[in-house]
Amino acid sequence: MAVMNLRQAIQNAMDIEMGRDPRVFIIGEDVGRNGCSFGQYNGLPDKYGDRRVVNAPISESVITGMGVGAAAAGLRPVVHHDFIDFLGCCFDEILNQAAKLRWMLGGQMLMPLTIDVFAGGGSASASQHSQSLEALFTHIPGIKVVTTSSPADAKGLLASAIRDDDPVMIIHNKGLLGMTGEVPEGEYLIPIGKANVVREGSDVTLVSYSRMVHECLGAADDLAKEGVSAEVIDLRSLVPLDKEAIFASLEKTGRLVIVHEAVGKSGFGAEVAAVVAEEALDLLDAPIRRVTALFSPVPYSAALESAYFPDKSKVISAVKSLGLVKQ
Amino acid sequence: MEHSKEVLLEIYRTMTRIRAFEEKGAELARTGKMHGTLHLYSGEEAIAAGVCSCLRETDRITSTHRGHGHCIAKGADVKRMMAEIFGKSTGYSKGKGGSMHIADISKGIIGANGIVGAGMPIAVGVAFAQKYQNEDNVTVAFFGDGATNRGTFHESVNLAAILNLPVVFVCENNHYGMSTAFAYHSKNKTVSQRAQAYDIPGVRVDGNDPVAVREAASEAIIRARAGEGPTLVECVTWRHHGHFLGDAGLYKSPEDEKYWRGHDPIPVFEKKLLEEGIAGQAEIEAVQAETNAEITEAVRFAEESSYPESSVIFEDLYEEIPADFFMR
Ligand SMILES: Cc1ncc(C[n+]2csc(CCOP(=O)(O)OP(=O)(O)O)c2C)c(N)n1
Ligand SMILES: [Mg+2]
Repeated sequence: MAVMNLRQAIQNAMDIEMGRDPRVFIIGEDVGRNGCSFGQYNGLPDKYGDRRVVNAPISESVITGMGVGAAAAGLRPVVHHDFIDFLGCCFDEILNQAAKLRWMLGGQMLMPLTIDVFAGGGSASASQHSQSLEALFTHIPGIKVVTTSSPADAKGLLASAIRDDDPVMIIHNKGLLGMTGEVPEGEYLIPIGKANVVREGSDVTLVSYSRMVHECLGAADDLAKEGVSAEVIDLRSLVPLDKEAIFASLEKTGRLVIVHEAVGKSGFGAEVAAVVAEEALDLLDAPIRRVTALFSPVPYSAALESAYFPDKSKVISAVKSLGLVKQ
Repeated sequence: MEHSKEVLLEIYRTMTRIRAFEEKGAELARTGKMHGTLHLYSGEEAIAAGVCSCLRETDRITSTHRGHGHCIAKGADVKRMMAEIFGKSTGYSKGKGGSMHIADISKGIIGANGIVGAGMPIAVGVAFAQKYQNEDNVTVAFFGDGATNRGTFHESVNLAAILNLPVVFVCENNHYGMSTAFAYHSKNKTVSQRAQAYDIPGVRVDGNDPVAVREAASEAIIRARAGEGPTLVECVTWRHHGHFLGDAGLYKSPEDEKYWRGHDPIPVFEKKLLEEGIAGQAEIEAVQAETNAEITEAVRFAEESSYPESSVIFEDLYEEIPADFFMR
């Protein structure tokens, strides 16, 4: 184990994957020698050269579309965009090309494309630089969508995304850029499609992913002081979804609170709730609750961000609303 | 082209107002008194001031992530701008937008924008509406060199050209898009030569000389107003700060930095005003004192303003708050 921050863990995974497979390359804006926005790919251009670390102009469409083409022609591209908000500029390349090409062409080639992006708010970056848009992509058949909540997960999931033969979108959270943690050294893979039970408990299941996992853990600590035992599940992978992990937890707790940073309406929590309602309603002893952002663009003012985003105290209120604690 | 003393002094006043606003912002952000991501315009003032000196209040502009200068030059109130960056309720967007989303529709400022290259299609639409409604107003789209590699640049110039729309595309070529040099991201040696591809006029001027900018912009605006279609005006310049406050700009070569700092548009223009007898030292100093006072007052206004109530989150989203926003 080594202690790394999120940037170092991402760089470590990229370095190992580029070292072991010459087909892996990265393309993105400012990933060149002058250093990229978040600094996570600094150093790689010197080690692997401009051929494999391609600094791109501000051209999201061709960056993503060329990734589709390069994947179709046998490479394993990592397409990086700093902000998930910018994927609006290359939605076709994701929606109609990366996701569908292999299927539409009857499976004649693979599409081992990785799309690596940062989501999340809380840094006064306002509406076009703070969004959590994962649900837009989980709605598209043909793409896998994974999220990271720690440096170790970022390393293990990025490596798995690169080795996966399907298009994988890996979504990191800007709010976790300062986080450090223990990270396994050397090759490290986290299976895509498996959830992580980060804290065991028996009274309520908190299903979450990305930055909100930490708000759930904080809530679980506080709830424990009031005698409520919360289990916290980090889904890690949204598509495919580890339904069994959720059901297994509900067998114990009978109560479900879903927490995500994105807005609630048509958010990924709705999918989780629907799956549980359809397949495991009998496991529930209480209504399902969702704790999400408000249904509006992300506001700029710090005074509004706190009202807007879900946090530990909102998670605790949701749990209490299930009648677990005398109020 | 003749430039009256009033016009030149007004351009100088605009430039100093922008500089004072930006440097005050840098100071407040560095000392933690203000939050948010700031993309400062210092060093590029001659472009906004020169171009907007040719515009009427009814003309429109679209802007960028580096938009404070454009907004000030087109007549935005620095108090409401500063309040917005402070995240206060008296800001232009009630504190919801911040630095990258300042607009004043009443002054023809359709808005700064956080998405690179997003302003140009909007400018084309505004110009379309102006022509459609038989106005003789024009729209200026400001954008950076980096933005010229987005499809939106090419699509916008082409559509404006074929529909003969009253748009002026003003590219602020400050040599970098984030840390990536223009010489790397463009095979063209100039942005203006891209105009040829769409068969519209393209000109390249010293973007640190407000008079040169004004002359080029004026010609383009007259063409646009006369119904002769769009022009691409490239203004070559240099940003003094990093891409955003906090970026040290280590990728800039020290020689370039030295050269361009020696061509800081404000002292250069000051010298010209003095040497050509357009203004005396006392007048220059008075303008500086006045614009500094305006910015001090703007900060006071922002500091004393209240933060927005959280109810503004659901304002302006839909005409009416839909019933399904409330839980049973
Ligand atoms: C579509 C999109 N891609 C990337 C970014 C990130 N970004 C913000 S500003 C910027 C550089 C813009 O360069 P340029 O157009 O030259 O404007 P300048 O910053 O130099 O004024 C980039 C890449 C963005 N905001 N939007
Ligand atoms: Mg630039």
